[in-house]
Amino acid sequence: MLTARIDALRAQGRRALVCYATAGHPDPDRSVALWQGLEAAGADVLEVGVPFSDPMADGPVIQASSQVALEHGVHLDGALELVHRAQLGIPVVLFSYLNPLIAAGEGVLRRAADAGVHGVLVTDLPVGSDPAREAWLGEGPLDFVRLVAPTTPAERMGEIARHGRGFVYLISRLGVTGMSDTLPPDLPATIARLRGVCTLPICVGFGVSRPEHARAIGAHADGVVVGSAIVRAAGESVNLAVALARELRAALDEPAAR
Amino acid sequence: MTTHVESDGRFGAFGGRYVPETLVPALDELEAALAEALADPAFHAELNGLLQHYVGRPSTLCDAPRFSELVGAPVWLKREDLNHTGAHKINNALAQALLARRMGKRRIIAETGAGQHGVATATVCARLGLECVVYMGEEDMRRQRLNVYRMRLMGATVVPVTAGTRTLKDATTEAIRDWVTTCPTSHYIIGSVVGPAPYPRMVRDFQAIIGREARAQMLERAGRLPKSVVACVGGGSNAMGVFHAFVGDADVELVGVEAAGHGLDSGAHSASLTCGTPGVLHGALSYLLQDAHGQVYPAHSISAGLDYPGVGPEHSHLKDSGRATYVSVTDDQALEGFAMLGRLEGIIPALETAHAVAWIASQRGRWAADEPVLLCVSGRGDKDVAQVSELGSLPG
Repeated sequence: MLTARIDALRAQGRRALVCYATAGHPDPDRSVALWQGLEAAGADVLEVGVPFSDPMADGPVIQASSQVALEHGVHLDGALELVHRAQLGIPVVLFSYLNPLIAAGEGVLRRAADAGVHGVLVTDLPVGSDPAREAWLGEGPLDFVRLVAPTTPAERMGEIARHGRGFVYLISRLGVTGMSDTLPPDLPATIARLRGVCTLPICVGFGVSRPEHARAIGAHADGVVVGSAIVRAAGESVNLAVALARELRAALDEPAAR
Repeated sequence: MTTHVESDGRFGAFGGRYVPETLVPALDELEAALAEALADPAFHAELNGLLQHYVGRPSTLCDAPRFSELVGAPVWLKREDLNHTGAHKINNALAQALLARRMGKRRIIAETGAGQHGVATATVCARLGLECVVYMGEEDMRRQRLNVYRMRLMGATVVPVTAGTRTLKDATTEAIRDWVTTCPTSHYIIGSVVGPAPYPRMVRDFQAIIGREARAQMLERAGRLPKSVVACVGGGSNAMGVFHAFVGDADVELVGVEAAGHGLDSGAHSASLTCGTPGVLHGALSYLLQDAHGQVYPAHSISAGLDYPGVGPEHSHLKDSGRATYVSVTDDQALEGFAMLGRLEGIIPALETAHAVAWIASQRGRWAADEPVLLCVSGRGDKDVAQVSELGSLPG
């Protein structure tokens, strides 16, 4: 469903807007309202962040949101309940660290699918690191989305693309999640290198926070992922985050993007 | 005896490389540079020269007559506290800094709990002319003010970490975040046998000089191998360092002493091997203090260096294979050990080491009068004197 959704957009000359939000932030009820608002604002895919105590790949904004969600008692199964409650029409991808997935047990992928989740992305399980657990995630009911980094050599990019399903998540720059003023100048070249070895749609995230970033990336990639900017706005109000999503949607859909 | 398995960066089921994709090429690069350095006699020559003349190795093996009398068996002290900077940490920091320089990386990142690894890293960076950034939890900076000052005196930047429990766990997470951002130009010197492969094996190999020396010194001084080798375990680097040379000696018992904090039932402790379950933190699968949802528990120990909810993956393997035994000692017992070694031997151990001292003291009768016990004195206690004195009357 993920690939189909993004490919359908591509066929119309459009780019996918992938919005990230931490489950249970700013609180469980508003989390559900936020996701529904993001869908209404034109998000094509929702990434639901699973709160974790030690988010080593995340910058301050998502760290803080994760902490707030944990204080509300939202863990992986709580996140699935919220996804079920939201009844979204767009595909949902769980964005998790490995440890909460292991702790939730083998049946968690089936429970996630039943709750309305379509894909799963694991921050700290790179290709080749743990064949047994990668097989568990890759052969289950969810699309296992894999990540490519700017440091990834070209041949490894191909290997990652072969192992991935749904789309390939390209990390735009070195570092943790968070907002940036500018995009890395070599990003188009990195996307082109990945495109050469990858048939899956390519979505670009990390440091993508403004409509002009979305527009610039849309000229090269199949989708953009916006996380920290939405989470920060949601911390102020759901409406603010939804308004940002609407701006991002409009920027991606401007004909000037191509 | 169980054979020791090590393949693919794993120790049995434990270890691995659970990191963001960005770090995979950096770890590959490190692994290749390490293999190349270890095959280069010039690397060993420079390292051994510095270990001898700068660190002061070999560290002595010292008898402990009055403590031995209390225990009822001869206790031998491997004096890592006599190294330059006062702990075993410099063995690893020095070797990794030389490796970083070979790799052309001029900026060094480190995490520190008690400050001993931070001080060791700041020290070798000063000696080699490398930039040094140390992440340290705010709570640990309070507990170990003197070490913060020492690091800054040697030109290091100490970055306070205010997230989470403000201790070693959060300092390590923050150091990893720095490395994900700067890995093409920075090397991360992890201070213990934790983290993603190749760190646990590399740090063990750089610390294994402790056990190699101690084994030869035991044979020379005591005329036999020890009955038991005892060391404290937080992440577990001094323990792996002293254990490694003895793993193949089936008759030598290996004992790691964890921090039981306020007691194992209190929920406030750092006994990952005794009370934890396997989980993934900081890039490796190992025993971990975590709840049913896979969230990591905040650890507690009076000793900042043991205050860590995880443990090196090789210790997890040694536990599951039965080759090593892991026990624990409370804060109060550790304070008694701290005072005891000072009073009986004129050696004030680090609070970390004091856990191992206290366990041995509690085991009178376990050893026959001719069965020697080897204790790794991982560090000196000067750094802890201010903290302990604030507790009031003399402990012990």
